Amino acid sequence: MVENKGKSQKEKGKSQVKIEVKELNIWFGKVLALKSLNLEIQSNEILGVIGPASSGKTSFLRQLNRLNELEAGFRMEGEVLLDERDICRIKPEHLRKNIGMIFALPQVLPISIYDNVVYGVRMHDGKSKSELDAIVEDSLKASFLWDEVKDRLKEFATKLSGGQQQRLCISRTLAVRPEVILFDEPCSGLDPISTAKVEESMLRLKEQYTIVLVTNNTKQAARVADRTAFFLMGELIEIDKTHKIFTAPQDKRTEDYIQGRFG
Amino acid sequence: MKLRQIKEFVIEKLIFLSGIASILFVVLIFVFLLKEGIAFFREVPAKDFIGGKYWYPISDPERFGILPLILGSLLVTFGAILVSVPVSIACAFYISEVAPVKLKDILKTGIEMLAAIPSVVLGFIGMTTLVPWVKKIFHLPTGLTALSGSIMLGLMAMPTIISISEDAINAVPKSYKEGALALGATRWQAMYRVVIHAALPGIIAASMLGIGRVIGETMAVMMITGNAAVIPQTFLQPVRTLTATIAAEMGETVHGSNHYYSLFAIGIILFVLTFIINITADMFLHRNKK
Amino acid sequence: MKTTTKQKIAFSILFLCTIIVVLPVLFVLGVIIKNGAKGISWQFLTTMPSDGMRQGGIYPAIVGTLYLVSLSIVFSLPVGVMAAIYLNEYAKDNLLTRLIRLAIVNLAGVSSVVYGLFGLALFVTFMKFGVSILSGALTLAIMNLPVIITASREALASVPYSFREVSLSLGLSRWQTIRHSVLPFAIPGILTGAILSLARAAGETAPILFTVAAFYLPNLPVSVFDQAMALPYHLYIISTQIPNISIQTRYATAFVLVGIVFTMNIIAVILRSRLRKKKKW
Repeated sequence: MVENKGKSQKEKGKSQVKIEVKELNIWFGKVLALKSLNLEIQSNEILGVIGPASSGKTSFLRQLNRLNELEAGFRMEGEVLLDERDICRIKPEHLRKNIGMIFALPQVLPISIYDNVVYGVRMHDGKSKSELDAIVEDSLKASFLWDEVKDRLKEFATKLSGGQQQRLCISRTLAVRPEVILFDEPCSGLDPISTAKVEESMLRLKEQYTIVLVTNNTKQAARVADRTAFFLMGELIEIDKTHKIFTAPQDKRTEDYIQGRFG
Repeated sequence: MKLRQIKEFVIEKLIFLSGIASILFVVLIFVFLLKEGIAFFREVPAKDFIGGKYWYPISDPERFGILPLILGSLLVTFGAILVSVPVSIACAFYISEVAPVKLKDILKTGIEMLAAIPSVVLGFIGMTTLVPWVKKIFHLPTGLTALSGSIMLGLMAMPTIISISEDAINAVPKSYKEGALALGATRWQAMYRVVIHAALPGIIAASMLGIGRVIGETMAVMMITGNAAVIPQTFLQPVRTLTATIAAEMGETVHGSNHYYSLFAIGIILFVLTFIINITADMFLHRNKK
Repeated sequence: MKTTTKQKIAFSILFLCTIIVVLPVLFVLGVIIKNGAKGISWQFLTTMPSDGMRQGGIYPAIVGTLYLVSLSIVFSLPVGVMAAIYLNEYAKDNLLTRLIRLAIVNLAGVSSVVYGLFGLALFVTFMKFGVSILSGALTLAIMNLPVIITASREALASVPYSFREVSLSLGLSRWQTIRHSVLPFAIPGILTGAILSLARAAGETAPILFTVAAFYLPNLPVSVFDQAMALPYHLYIISTQIPNISIQTRYATAFVLVGIVFTMNIIAVILRSRLRKKKKW
């Protein structure tokens, strides 16, 4: 089923707009975290989002699945459209089912590996044990974790290594069958080998999913993103094909940031 | 799907109702004390009630003056403050700033145990040990005195004062103390020049909550203060407190009599008193957090 | 005087004050154990009192206290936990929340005998439950609510915020999130608080004076509308109202009461320390 959905998306054409952001402003209390943002995210692309701390990139990401709403003092203007529908008119539960999220630190729950993977699915609709088993296998395979954990699904997920935990989180998100996956600095706590594995799964996933990757690591964006957006102080400075951003940025600030002059 | 939404709607409403239940209960307590107590003030003016020197609720004519009871409560409370506040604050400082980690845990457990001993048990032990001692040491006709009550209540207030003061002391940012130490102050100097100032609002709140507990304490005080409803002159004579009066007499009153209503009127006074103390203490605690 | 000498003296005084606090605890417990333990026998724990309480056991008082305490927790635990969930998971920082917090502070501070009056006025008289286990248990339940709310709230607050984010990000509703990724991890802390509140309720006398407690009953209570004897009240009357009771009986009763209260406390403490060790996040 996972694959079917991917294909049908693909058939609609490569440059189809999945998410469209129009004149988005976000405040937390009196702080303007994001200033009149306009951008589009295409189906089946990996959009890299880079920028220094408090550049608004995480606020942007957390707006896409409306997690910002949990913060005190949150206020917004503008629109975010998912498949041309205003996300504020979609029930948060439905929206978040369609837009999964991977957090900076691997947030596994202190329950078994199996229970972690089915955590979301189990709540959504009554699935039989065998259906759940199949979902667990599919999802773990998709994040390249299956072979490492297939014999110990009942073990505590907290026993896994950091990289395994992060891939488990990816499986858990895939199990809910989203269309878009948001990665919030997914490798910030991982060693290079684990990072490579997570990146590898990201590249595979984009065949079926639309991916937004917020990262502090500009090289990571260069390695995996199709297009890259550079945020600074709550503003989108530049968005373009990744190789253009990294080789011929239009804006001086982008160039400075990429070359490590600040941030 | 629909069913789940209905279920969640009901649960979240229940959660909200439980959330505001505390407000409801405080209001209910006040309303029901008023309901039973307000009738009394039609019979006896508040001025005569609070200012009256004689509490003879079952003699003829009845006299409902609670001045001796108020003074009894105040005297015992005052004594208990003297007993508990300085010692408790010192103890809180010792536990949070001086004691080694292992000893700290033992001491904390000891204080938790003190808090756990039921008031009626402390009253009983007071009767069998403290009261005879007081009688012997001061050559009194009876050891059931305000002093005995003050000592026992002081003891009972200690856990409250110690644990809240300790929280206040622990909440003082480490940098304050380290700053003082870096300037060459001894730990003790850092403590009484810096830490105590920063922790003061919390310590005041702790003391007030301790006092609130003493004023409201019932069983122990009833068992060891002698319960004589006279205006007290010294610590070495029997006194009767507001709480003990309610506890001791409610069982004997006729439902609907003036005596019955007068005990609720005393309850109103106690409720208002502890209300004020707790709100004030909470304000101090809150200020401390900012 | 040298500052270090001053410090030594100051610390010694602080230590002495600490001893002043701790010694009476040991003394009280020592006296109870020394005088009470020898009065404890199977017969004392399991027979009815006789000869105006001077002979026989304290069985009905123990049973009465257990009934009271268990029924009170049935009322206070659900309301207390849900109130804690409201405060920790739903409440915004507004006037209502501040009012709730103040109300809890006040409930915790109201004199126990005032709770007794309240129970008498509301449950016994107004709701016509009479002097009964139900009235007493409800009174104790309201009295214990602040303890349970505070402990449960702490337990909920100690569950990492990220658990909630993960659950919400997977499309679970707010209640599902609380039910499946917050509550399960807060349960041990909530239980600890509940047991501590039980211990407290077991030792309370003033709230049950006019709402449930009976001087003497020849039979055990059979319904929640019956009166009951209770251990703390029993200790009160045998030590103040009835002359010529052997001091050993009084001490033994105190021993049993303290024993019950402390056993519950110890269970709570063990639960808490195991929870701290086992914590997986």
